[in-house]
Amino acid sequence: MRFPIEAFGGFSAGTGMLVALLIGVGFGFFLERAGFGSARKLTAQFYLKDFAVLKVMFTAIVVASVGFWWLVALGMLDLSVTFINPTYLVSQIAGGLILGIGFAIGGYCPGTSCVAVATGKLDALWYVGGVVFGIFVYSLTEPLFDGFTKLGSMGEAYVWDWLGVAPGVVVLAAVLMAVGAFSLGTWVERRSGNVLKN
Amino acid sequence: MRKIESKPYWSPYAAGLGLGIVLLLSYMLMGTGLGASGAFARGLYSVMHLFAPENMEAHSYMGKYFANGANPLNNSLVFVVIGVFAGGLISGVLSGRFKKTVEKGPNIRTSGRFIMAFAGGTLMGFAARLARGCTSGQALSGGATLALGSWAFMFAVFAGGFAAAYFVRRQWQ
Repeated sequence: MRFPIEAFGGFSAGTGMLVALLIGVGFGFFLERAGFGSARKLTAQFYLKDFAVLKVMFTAIVVASVGFWWLVALGMLDLSVTFINPTYLVSQIAGGLILGIGFAIGGYCPGTSCVAVATGKLDALWYVGGVVFGIFVYSLTEPLFDGFTKLGSMGEAYVWDWLGVAPGVVVLAAVLMAVGAFSLGTWVERRSGNVLKN
Repeated sequence: MRKIESKPYWSPYAAGLGLGIVLLLSYMLMGTGLGASGAFARGLYSVMHLFAPENMEAHSYMGKYFANGANPLNNSLVFVVIGVFAGGLISGVLSGRFKKTVEKGPNIRTSGRFIMAFAGGTLMGFAARLARGCTSGQALSGGATLALGSWAFMFAVFAGGFAAAYFVRRQWQ
């Protein structure tokens, strides 16, 4: 079997949409289970009271990363037909900083806001309105600073390539980093003791 | 009336494991990661296209979504986001967490919280376009595929969040 199945013609258009829908259902389900339909739970991360954001995100990243790079090493996943986020260092760092500031103010991120709306959070409706408005403003003004958004362009750059090591080394380092960050997070949680449980 | 108690959240590691498996499946089946902000943009652009089709198709930034008669809604990430709503609803109902409420601390009025939610959303919508993805499209997906810029993005998000948190603490604490 060769992955991604979509790229090797394994899905008809209808099946492809159904698969995408089911993947979304899984995504939304686990976000809600984690408590990410709650802005109080999400933002507690930034006050060092609840490290769920860090723990959920990094668990997901290392689980997917181990599987992903294992499949690549076995020759079962073809990177040339898989979407890899291209690197534009300047706009990614600038965008990341603004996004983080917006996270602390707005209380959600775009994915978690869908779960919040679906579970009845009225503030999330206003948040979604803001996201659409922000996209509207960006899209209309982008031609004015198009050059800026292309600064630091490096194409499909990988962390392991940049460090000059094998992918597995970075995957292992990410796992160790995650475990270290989890223990540190749990230690801080115990001291401030305010994890939101439901 | 009996008060319905909501069930506790899952352990972050259990939820993260589930999320990681979904993310891996997304790459194995569709060849892309997860995303949320892209679908919002695609929805917005289709509505804008209803009002000004020629302007949209000729636009230097948004025109590519309509290249060769393409429909921006005909994209797997749009279906993913529809699924996210459904999945969130299913989990919320099953765990007794579906509840019409406003997420805020005791020291801010509901109207104030709505303004903050809209303002934060605006910043994030803008930033997600600038960074070419949000927490799911960049941090989760690019994080797992070890994309260099996505890791830079991730650290920037945490830096921005921690830096801003102090100034909006009254909203939550």
